Formats: sequence, C-alpha cells, structure tokens
Amino acid sequence: MKSSGLAALAASLCAALVVAGCSAGSTTAETSSAAATSAGNTSGSSSAAATTTAGSAASSAGSASETATVSGNAPAGDGALTVGFVLEPTSLDFTQVDGAQAPQALLLNVYEGLVKQDDTGKIVPLLAKSWDVSADGTVYTFTLNEGVKFSNGDAFNAEAAVFSIDRVKSTWLPSVKAGMDVVKTAEAVSDTELKVTLSAPSNSWLYAMTTRIGAMFSPTGVDDLANAPVGTGPYVFKSRVPGDNIVLERNADYWGSAAPVKTITLRYFQDANAMNNALLTGGINIISTLQTPEAISQFSDPKYQTIQGSTNGEVLLTLNNQTGPTADPKVRQAISYALDRKAILDVAWSGYGSLIGTQEAPTDPWFFDEDAYPFDPEKAKALLAETANPTPTIRLTLPPVPYATAAAPLIISQLADVGITVTDSSVDFPTWLDQVFKQADYDMTIINHVEPRDAAALFGNPDYYPRYNNPKVQELFKSADAGTPEQQISDMQAALKLIAEDAASVWLWSFPNLIIADANITGIPQNAIGESFNFSTLAVG
Amino acid sequence: MAWQLLRRCLIFLISTAVASFLIFWIIDSDCGPARSALGIGGTEESVQALCTQMGLKRPLIVQYWEWITHAATGDFGVSYISRRAIGPQIFDQLSVTLWLVLGAIVVALVVALPLGMASALRHGKVSGNILAAISQIGIAIPAFVAALLLVLVFAVRLRWLPANGYVVPASDPAEFLRHMILPWLSLGLVQGAVLARYVRSAVLDELGQDYLRTARAKGLTPLQALRRHGLRNASIPVLTVIGVQLVTVLVGAVIIERIFTIPGIGKGLADAAQGQDLLTVQGMVLTLVVAALMISFLVDVLYNVIDPRLRQGAGR
Repeated sequence: MKSSGLAALAASLCAALVVAGCSAGSTTAETSSAAATSAGNTSGSSSAAATTTAGSAASSAGSASETATVSGNAPAGDGALTVGFVLEPTSLDFTQVDGAQAPQALLLNVYEGLVKQDDTGKIVPLLAKSWDVSADGTVYTFTLNEGVKFSNGDAFNAEAAVFSIDRVKSTWLPSVKAGMDVVKTAEAVSDTELKVTLSAPSNSWLYAMTTRIGAMFSPTGVDDLANAPVGTGPYVFKSRVPGDNIVLERNADYWGSAAPVKTITLRYFQDANAMNNALLTGGINIISTLQTPEAISQFSDPKYQTIQGSTNGEVLLTLNNQTGPTADPKVRQAISYALDRKAILDVAWSGYGSLIGTQEAPTDPWFFDEDAYPFDPEKAKALLAETANPTPTIRLTLPPVPYATAAAPLIISQLADVGITVTDSSVDFPTWLDQVFKQADYDMTIINHVEPRDAAALFGNPDYYPRYNNPKVQELFKSADAGTPEQQISDMQAALKLIAEDAASVWLWSFPNLIIADANITGIPQNAIGESFNFSTLAVG
Repeated sequence: MAWQLLRRCLIFLISTAVASFLIFWIIDSDCGPARSALGIGGTEESVQALCTQMGLKRPLIVQYWEWITHAATGDFGVSYISRRAIGPQIFDQLSVTLWLVLGAIVVALVVALPLGMASALRHGKVSGNILAAISQIGIAIPAFVAALLLVLVFAVRLRWLPANGYVVPASDPAEFLRHMILPWLSLGLVQGAVLARYVRSAVLDELGQDYLRTARAKGLTPLQALRRHGLRNASIPVLTVIGVQLVTVLVGAVIIERIFTIPGIGKGLADAAQGQDLLTVQGMVLTLVVAALMISFLVDVLYNVIDPRLRQGAGR
C-alpha cells in the first residue's frame, strides 16, 4: 500500500505539474489581450450592417430586437435570464487588472459613465444630462442628472465624477488609463455641474468616456471592487462563483427606467460545445457569441433566434511593413490582389462576417465600403514581376486561434497560385506575443483586432507591430482627434484610404456578432459597439 | 503502528515542501501578474515598477518562505490576479469536487462489485467471459468520451438531464442530483470497469483458497461461501485500488469539470495555472496533496478495520 500511495501521490503531483507547467504563461494573451481574443465583446445595439433572422414562429421576436433602445414600456417583471460567455473576467476590478471581460459584464449594467454610445455609435447622455464644449474644444462642462444614487446609498454628484476621473490617473493600473492623460483638471462647480479641462482638444477623449475609464465610482465604494462593485447602473452585483458564474440583480432604486428582467446570470464556458449544449437543453437562454459558426444548423429550430450583426473586430493578415519581403509595398499589394477574401471567409468562418477594405468596423462613424484590391491574381503576378524577387518565400506565424488556423490553408494555396511560397508555423500565445507582437520578428500573421476604433493605435504608431510608418497618416490621425466632428470623419477616412492604398495589411473580414437565443427574448443588442453587453434592454416577450 | 504513522507524517511533510517549492519554481512567471494587470499596452518600465511594488522582484526563496509560513496557518493570501482571498475560494471548489468524486466512487462500486463478482463466479463459462469483456470495453473508453456520449444521448437527444452546470446541494437538492448524474456516471462507469477487473481477480484468488473449498464441501454454494468467508479477504486488494482511484479521480476531475462546467478545484486549478495565478495554484496544489495523502491514510486505517491480523500486529 505504501508504495501505491506514494505512486498515487507522485502521479497526482505530476499531473498538477503538467497542468501548471503547460499552461503557465499562456494567458497574458487570453486574459489581457487587446488584439487576441476572438471571443469578441458584445454590446451596444442594433442597426447598420445588421440582419436578424429568426425562426418563422419567432419572427416578431426577431424584428422586435432591432429596436434595442431601453424598453421603457416593458413591465419590470420577476424574470430571470442566463447568458453564456466564453472568457471569464480574471478580476471584477477592471481598475487594477486589464481585460475585456469585466467591462463586458459590468459596464452599463452595474457601472455607468457620464455618456454612452447609442445603437449607431453616436455619443449620447447617460449620467450627464447634457454638456457644452468650449469653442477651442478644451473645456467640457457637464450638467449632471439629479437624484442619482450609487448602490451603496451615496448620491452621485460632481464630486464623485471628479473623484472617478482623478482616480483613473492616480490609482488605475491597466494601460487603457492613458485615455485620461489628456485631462488637465476636473472640478466640481456645483453638485450638478462638472468642468473638465483638457490640455488639448481631443475627440477620442469623449469617446473614451463611454468606455470603462469613464465609469463613475462612489468615493466610499471602491474599497473592494474585486468582490463588491458599487455603481449607479440598472443592475447591482449579487454574487460570483469563480470558474462558473456571476449573478446581477435589478437595482430597485435605479434612477432611470427599471430593467425588465430581474435576475441576470452570466455563465462562463471554456468549451464551445458545452455552451451550445447548454442552450439546447435550457441551461442558458442566450449564447453571447457563437464560437462554432459551422454548427449553427443545430439551432435552426424556431425555438431559437439567430442574431447576426457586427463587432469592432477586424481579422487581419497583418504584414510586416519594415522588414522581410513584405517591406516592399509592391509585394504587399500583390498579396492583397492574390487573395480571394470572399472564399476565405466562406471557408474559415462559414461566410459569417462582412468584407472590409481597411481598418474599420461597419459601425464606425467614418465607415466607407471600398475595396482597393479586388481579387485579381494576374495583377498580383504582374506586380511581383516588377520586384527584385518575383517568387519570394514569406513566413506566416499563426497564433492558436480558430479563425487563423481555419483561414491559413486557403491563404497559403492562393498565394502559391501567384508564385509566393509560404512557410507557416504555429506558435503558442506567449511566443506569439513575444515574437510577433513585441519584437515584430515576422512577415505575416493572422489576428482579430477587437479593440474599438483602433486604427490610430495600429497604423498611427510606427513602433506598433505592423511597423507601418507613414507621416502623412500620422498627421491625419492627429488632426482627426483635434478637429471638429466633421473634420474627424473626413480626416479618418483620408487616413484609412492611405493605409489601404499602401496595403499596410490585408483586411480579411469584419468579425461577426453571432448571437443565438431563445426566440421569445427581445432587446438583444445586435451589433457589439462598445465594451459591454447591455442587459438592461433584454426582456422576455 | 505509531512509528508507521510518524513515518507517514514525515514523508507527507517532506513531499509537500518539495512539491510546493518545485511548483513555485516552475510557475514563477517573473512579472507575469504585473504584466497581466497592465494589459497588452503596458510599457516595460511600468511593468517593472509594478512588479517591484508587488514584491515579485524578491528572491524566489523569500517569496516562498513568506507563502509557506502563512499557508501553514491556513492563510493562503490574496491573489495578485483576481484580487480575491484564495482560502475561501479553494474551500468552495474543493467541496464541489468532493461531491463529484464521492458520487463517482459510489457509482464505481455499484458497478464493479456485482460485475466483478459475477464474472469471477462464472469464470470459465461464456457468461463470465462476456462480463469480463464488458469491463474491458469500459476500461478502453476514456472518461471524457463517456462524458460526451452521455451528454449527447441523455441531454441533447433525450432531454432527460441537463447538459452541464452545477447547483449548490443546499439550495436545491433535487436539481443538484439531476445535474450530477451525468458527471457521476462519466467518471464512475470508467473507474467501475477498472475496479471490476480487480474485484474479479481478487475473488478468483479467494475462490482457489483451501478454506473456501472446505466451505463449499460442507454444502455452501460458491456465492454463499464467498460471502461468509471470502469477501473480507478479497476486499483488501480492492480497497488498495479504490484508494489509488480516488486520487486519480480527484486529479482527473479536471476534464469532467470542464465538460460539465462544474466549478470544482480541478477546473479552478487549470484556470489559475492558465492565468499565471501562482499563489492560487500553490494553494490548490497544497490542498490536493493534503487530500491525496489523507485518502491514502484513510485507506490504511480501513485496512486495520477489515483485517484483524493487522490490528493484532499493531501491538499496543
């Protein structure tokens, strides 16, 4: 017995070591990544490039979900809904730990900002009733709503807003806090008047205020944000079982119109099939983002509705603009012409998603539908013939994400058709982060960039891993940020066109927002616009 | 017996200390927690600054000593990553896993005892071979395949049972049972098939013993003879196997917990390791090691209960 007991101990230790050893380090990416999670975040609502298909019996439910603004006239019942997600927040305290998952669960639900985005991506009032911007664009004066209370009973006022804004600069850790750097001072003029002075005019600041850094906290409610979040939102945090679920409950004292569904349970599934099965067997009511588009047919029953919209994610075949064969613009253009992106989307993601021509999401205010490089292998060959080496060999480094592994074979064969030899290698995430993302030691890679409005971050900074350096583009991004809203749109479009012309990368497809839900649920956000999945519009019809 | 116990405790202490330090050393991710707090856009300087502030720059042995001395008093600390107290979390997850493991072992026993005994008693007959073949098939199927098949049939097709999820037994015992049936079966059937082989060979051994032949000579049927004289002896090797199996089930629950999204310690360990949550992994591994050693200790005690010869040999 002794020896077998020890053997068992040894076996269990080995198992533990293997588990620990194999995956140690593999998550910087999964938990904190901006670029990496294919499990896109979901939020906001409706419109633009969205279509709703619902089972015939449920067509009314389907169309109802197109109008997704607060269902103010829906009765506040005792209903409960369970929503399935893929990646779990490592910590609920998004002021101290980076990651898209905590804001996805809490923003607009538990926490609210001064402003939010509406279904079309427009910035509209939330805790601020209205605001004025000075002529030079540096002073914002917000008039705040009265009678707003935090869930700990404290009143929300200009003092709390100043506290929240200052706290981003003083206490927050994640790098997104840089969005607040442009703020020079924030002061409470009165209980309901807040004056924020920027060091330079910035359109992206007000946009950033719709994201997690704009969340309003109570000065007495930040002691234990990881276990007891306190906000002003339509829901309050009730409980959490790590590895399994988070439960939110309707805020009985909410200042706005009450959410129709009383209890929302967020359940987390590491396994995509487990989540599908849970919907099929009634364990959950909504799949927040379908990970297996090829398996969509199992939800063809009219008991379910399929909602297809867009996300902020762009799946890129990122090209290295600085070194290797892809440093030559002609090679990059040839690659762009050589790829039949419609065929790639059909194979890799069952045709879900839409084709885009540059770094933009269909819900961006400056979105324009233009394809600088339609599929044309002959032009690709002609361009390659003009370069030093008409039959180059190019490396393709693949991270372990399903869309990349699915798209790679077709990309390799299409590039082979025009004479480009591709040597592909699959790496784990820490290696990808280090080799590709940090050191830019790669020629091509495939990754979904899920951050909203990330064009300037990707292509406005020559140190970022595409290593794209075009001073004209950088200038345009700067003037877009500082200019009027109209100027912002025109400058952004000009910059994005230049990036596309330079073939700074290949934009494979815009990542779809695929939601499957019970047919009787209304108010499901169709497009993932912001950082959060808004539960306050959900209703059981 | 006392000396044996002391030796066991010593081995336990040494192996725990060695194992926990090894894990500390292997998982040590340098500034991993600081990096994951700051996110992908964090600059190297800010990572280093935060890393120092978190105390991760101190020599590993210093960090280890601080951790182990606190752990000895039951304080597992607060996770750098989740910013939650680790002790209560491990306690919750371990209790979930214990339900899973105990249920699975019960299933395994219910399957293995009749199957193993029947196939031993019918040894040499066709029916006995068929029973042995059934347990062979059970051994060949990995638990996760069994789990997927069971989910497909009983949850997705027939809709009799939930496909996954966990309900706290105190809040709704009926739902708890409904949710646990499939996980118990997935883990238990496979372990039961393994166990059945051992039961069969243990019983076969006993059947060949002289005293059993005598018992049968005085007119008992093979089953009666076995029940009165053989089972107690046959149960000793079986108990050994159960002890080993409990440990493998405890550790192997990782996959079952993942398939059925049960928030147990196996899933927690995988999540924490993936998240580079060193302190949480450490706490969990220590807990698992202690649990494994406690199981084998318990098995030792049970030997004494079953076998009077050992009791006498203990010599007070």
